[in-house]
Parts: sequence; structure tokens; C-alpha cells
Amino acid sequence: MGVGIEVINLNAWYGTNHTLQDINLDIPANHATALIGPSGCGKSTFVRCLNRMHETNPIARVTGTVRIGDLDIYEDAKPVEIRRRVGMVFQRPNPFPTMSIYDNVAAGLKLNGYSNRRVLDEIVEKSLKNSALWDEVKDDLKKKSGASLSGGQQQRLCIARALAVDPEVLLMDEPASALDPVSTSKIEDLIFQLKSQYTIVIVTHNMQQAARVAEKTGFFLNGRMVEFDVTHKIFTNPSDKRTEDYITGRFG
Amino acid sequence: MRTLTDGVATGLAVLSTVLVVAPLVAVFIYLIYRGASSLSWDFFTQIPKPVGEAGGGMANAIVGSAILLAVGSLIGIPVGIAGGIFLAEYGRGTKFANAIRFTADVLNGVPSIVMGIAVYSLLVVPKFVFSHRILSRYVFHLPNYISHHFASITHFLHIPAEITLGPIAFSFSIGGHFSALSGGVALGIMMIPTVCRTTEEMLLMVPNAVREAALALGVPNWRSVLAITVRTASPGIITGCMLAFARVAGETAPLIFTAFGNVGWSMRLNEPIAALPLQIYVYALSPYDEWHRLAWAGALVLIVLIVLAVSLVRYVTSRGVLKGAS
Repeated sequence: MGVGIEVINLNAWYGTNHTLQDINLDIPANHATALIGPSGCGKSTFVRCLNRMHETNPIARVTGTVRIGDLDIYEDAKPVEIRRRVGMVFQRPNPFPTMSIYDNVAAGLKLNGYSNRRVLDEIVEKSLKNSALWDEVKDDLKKKSGASLSGGQQQRLCIARALAVDPEVLLMDEPASALDPVSTSKIEDLIFQLKSQYTIVIVTHNMQQAARVAEKTGFFLNGRMVEFDVTHKIFTNPSDKRTEDYITGRFG
Repeated sequence: MRTLTDGVATGLAVLSTVLVVAPLVAVFIYLIYRGASSLSWDFFTQIPKPVGEAGGGMANAIVGSAILLAVGSLIGIPVGIAGGIFLAEYGRGTKFANAIRFTADVLNGVPSIVMGIAVYSLLVVPKFVFSHRILSRYVFHLPNYISHHFASITHFLHIPAEITLGPIAFSFSIGGHFSALSGGVALGIMMIPTVCRTTEEMLLMVPNAVREAALALGVPNWRSVLAITVRTASPGIITGCMLAFARVAGETAPLIFTAFGNVGWSMRLNEPIAALPLQIYVYALSPYDEWHRLAWAGALVLIVLIVLAVSLVRYVTSRGVLKGAS
């Protein structure tokens, strides 16, 4: 089951560049939450702070509190534990190129020491079904490399790989921006199904996408969160002038 | 005009290809022409005969080269790969890594004869004695004027320069004379920079997205490096290792002062050992026609064995790695 995320006074830097300033928000459990805003506004940095991927960059720094469920991720746990509970899907599909489809999905478990074949088989099948890829690949799970799939299939493979380690939260950093419209709609359908089991945070450039998949939407601008509200309200009756300017296409 | 330019460019490319391949083919054909006639079953099963006697082969040199290359690979490949992993994955941008990279490049440029002399002075001249009483005690056999100073220093510091032990249950020594080990070490050190730098280059070609994918699954960094990044780069790393292997397989200079060569059978690491390049060198410089012919045959066998070894490794390692790998 998904858990809620509470962010308190989050600040992040790349070197001297203050990319996130005083972010406060509550992300509800078992819902999809969209983050929109122009390029470079800090949305990607923000989601990378939620699974401590931000700090893999040596010049990056972060302060503030992030609570996922009851866990203060910067105080109570190591990054590797957080990342098992908070899965991530990246902008460009990034399957492991030397691994088969099966091994790609099982990678997170295998590399963390699970080796029971039967359990692995079950989890791989379940994850691929959850990511709506099972029917397309079930015949050559171990024959084909993950890199031989189409872009849209690769992205669903990456979603299956993230689901296989059984996370509570799924972060998606522009998961459909490198995909064609058909693949994009498949990913969006998927988000719809997945949010009953996971808390989903999705970064997107595409405002229609945010409107379609998310219950709540946050608008980021220049490293600050301008507005966070029910998606319908953000797109029809925003309280901030800057949000209105952005969604009506006056900039960005 | 455009077709003309295109034709000229294609022509130049074909010409360059021919120029690159031609010397290799020429060398190979000439080796077959001069060497093939002297190849016989004896060549692969016999050891060299004394001067004047006909026949004889290079069996000891073939086995010797295999041993030297095995020792060299055991040293050069792990150290080189570990160094490359450090440069690409851990030390990126640090001064320490830049220093290592610079050292590796300089080491790559060190003439092989210098490598031979260096290993000679480290592993052939000094004698290291290992026994059950003292794990490592080394005794220098240096020229008199140096050992005189050495003795006075050790006397001054109350360090016994040489210890006579009571009944010793177990004792062996390395160094003090030419040995297969020292030859293997020389070859191994020569392999390190090539392996290290190609490993680094190949790891840097792995997209960062692949590393991030592994880290985002909660995989610890060291495990991600070994199981994901190195594995993704493994075809290139293997090529680098083969390149280094093939390069040192034909080296003669670093073996002159270390492995030294041996006309008899020896497979011991602490004895002088025969090696194909050494044998070719000695035979080619000799005044005897019979030996000249054997030298040609040896050169042919050396090249064929290198090609076989590299192809075998490529074949074995390419199985199981899926297509679509970078």
C-alpha cells in the first residue's frame, strides 16, 4: 500500500545554485500527484530529493525534512533503504542493456540478494502484468534483451523493474516525454491502475497529462512551489496569477 | 561534382584500409613462406637440440610463454581493471585519480627494456627468503661497495642483515637469480596501463542513466558498479585485456633480464624459463641456418598462438552475453 509524503522546508543546491527553496507540501497516499512548471524550475530536483537520488551528484546538497509514512528519510535511514521503498522511473527509458527482459525486472531483487527462483518468477510475472507488458513479452522473457524492445515497451519495462522491489511510492520523472502518443496513453492508463496500490508522484511538461492522471497538482517556478491544490482547481481557478499565466500559455 | 567528391572520398577510404591491412597480410604471408616449411610435429614436442644436431623444437618455449603470460595476466588484468574502475567510478575529477591516470600513461610509454631492468633490480637481484619462522626476510646481494654501506647501516641500526635460523621446517626463496616469476611480473606491469585506461574509457561510455537506474532500485553503489556498470562495459574491457595480452605476448626485451630463457625444460616459477620471443631472438642472431629456419617457424607459431588465444577468449566471453549489448 502507498503511504503519504510530508515535505517540510526542503532546500536543495547544486554547487552554489539554490535549486529548491523552502518547499512545503503534503502528498496524499494512494493518489497521483502531478508537478508542473517550466524547464529548470526544480521539479526534477524535487522528486530526486524524495528518494535521495539528489545526493548521488557530488556537488549536491539538501536540507529540510521529508517524511515518507512514519520515516524521516534524511534522519532515520540509509539511502539504499529509502530507494527500495521509493521507486523511480526516469525520463528516458533506461533498461540494463546487457540483461534479458527477465533479468531487468528481477535486477533489483537479485542485486539485493534474493535468489529463490520460484519467488523471482512469480514477482517478475506479477510486475510485468502490473506494468501491462506481460502479454507482449511473455514468450521471450529470457531470450530478448531489454534494449531490443520499443521505446514505449522499454519504459513499461522500467516501471515493472521499479515495481518488482515492492515500493510504497513511485516517482515518475516525465515518464512519457520521450514516447509517442500511443505509448503515452498506455503509460497514463497504467498510472490510473497503479495508484490504488502506490503513491505516485509524476513530473510532467504536459499539462493535459497532469489534468488527466492526477488528483492534485503542484506548480513550480524558479525553485519555489507557487501553488499546490486539487488538479481541477489549478487548471480552472488558480489562486496565483503566475499559475494562471503558465497554464494559459503566457510563458513556459 | 558531388558524385566526384563522393567517389574521391570513398576511394581514399578504401586506399587507407588497404594501407592498414597490407603490412599485416604481408608479414603473415612472409612468415608462412619462411616458417611453414620448418614446422613439424617435433617443433611442438621437442626441446632445442645442441648446435650442430639437426631437428629439435620449441616445446619448452611455447609452454614457457604460456606460463609467463598466465603470470602476467594474473597480475596485469586484475590490477588494471581495478585501477580503471577506480578512475571511472570513484576518483572522477580528483587529483589522486589524475595522478594515477598520468602515471598509467607514462608507464605505457616506458620502453620495455627499461621495464626489464626495473624488474631485474627488484626481483632478480635481491633475494627474498620465506620460511615458517620469518615470513619475509630479504637479503640483498648487491655490489660490494653498496653492500658495505648497507652492512654498516644495518649494523648501526642493530638490524641483522642476514639471519641464520635453526632447524627450518619450510623455506623457499624468490629472487637472487633469473626466474619465470620475474618475467611474468615484468609482462604484468606492462599490461597494467593498457588494461587500466581501456577499462576507464569503456566505463565512461556507459550512460549515467544506467548507473542511476541501479541506484534508484536501492542497490548499493559497489554492487551497482560491479554488477551493472562493469558488466555493461565488459565487451570493451575484454577487448582491452586482449590488446594488452597480445602486445606483451611478443615482448622480448623485458624478458632478457628476467625470464632469461632456458634451453631445457623448466616450468618452475623460481627458475629461468624459455619463452618464444627470447628463443626467436637468440636463434635469429645465431650464425646457423638451421636455427634461422626454426626462428621463422617460432615467429609464425607465436603469431598464430596469439590469434588463437584472443579468438578463444572472444568466443567464450561472447556466449551468454545477449545481443544488443553495447
